[in-house]
Amino acid sequence: MIEILYYLLLSLGAAFCAYRAMISRHLLPSALYLACVSALSTVILYMLGAYEVAVIELSVGAGLVTVLLVYALSVVGDDSFDPASIIPKPLAFLLVAAIAVMVGWMAYPLASQPAVNGEVLLADVLWKHRALDVWVQVALIFSGVLGVLGLLSEKVQREEMPKHENQTAVENEAISIQMEQEIPV
Amino acid sequence: MTLNSLNVVLFGVILLLAVGFYGLLITRNLIKIVLVLQVLVKAVVIALVLAGKQSGNLGLGQSIAATVIVADTVVAVVALALAVQVRRHTGTLDLSKISTLRG
Repeated sequence: MIEILYYLLLSLGAAFCAYRAMISRHLLPSALYLACVSALSTVILYMLGAYEVAVIELSVGAGLVTVLLVYALSVVGDDSFDPASIIPKPLAFLLVAAIAVMVGWMAYPLASQPAVNGEVLLADVLWKHRALDVWVQVALIFSGVLGVLGLLSEKVQREEMPKHENQTAVENEAISIQMEQEIPV
Repeated sequence: MTLNSLNVVLFGVILLLAVGFYGLLITRNLIKIVLVLQVLVKAVVIALVLAGKQSGNLGLGQSIAATVIVADTVVAVVALALAVQVRRHTGTLDLSKISTLRG
């Protein structure tokens, strides 16, 4: 019974933090509320017995993503605007309620069945049955890092400039620096 | 349906999904949309682990959840980088202002 109470408190806390992250006018508190959601999700995962995923979620969800969000906010600035939503909020609420009812209806058979006791190790699944997926994940992380490096680079692409035969390399460099200063960032 | 701990977690997952969908509908800030997607993915990760535990195959649920976390992190990183570039070029993060599609 006490376990049910823990799960209920953790679930309600995560949903509350997620809602606060939505309605917060500033983005920095939203990022911190998201970290709280991640931490509470980690506790739920740990209590469910998924220790490895809990560790990954805590380090990546509450750590890395929060750091990235704060870094992005430090670059772009914290816009405290709260524009009106495109669709009316009551309509959005009704749509979400309908979606929640449908998801609950679809998940009802899972919840009504008794839990099956089985012992399958994560390492066996990950390295024997899903080894190809692990390599795909490695490639995905690598491509993500490359994409970020390309997107965050602040270099202005230099235009092709005509090079005169009599100009030295130093003069060409000076001209290119001058062109960079003229290009608005 | 008897009330047990897995049902309560399932209720929490549906609640998180509902909050995430609501935020996705009402939000117009690019960075906040990335944040809302993170909330949705956290609900999905819990649901995957829950399904694995319920079916007696927790290892499979955990491995798929780890894959989802990796893919979601890469998506968040690239989306944030794109948002930064959009802000630099257009000066705003409001979706309605940067959208050039007109019906």
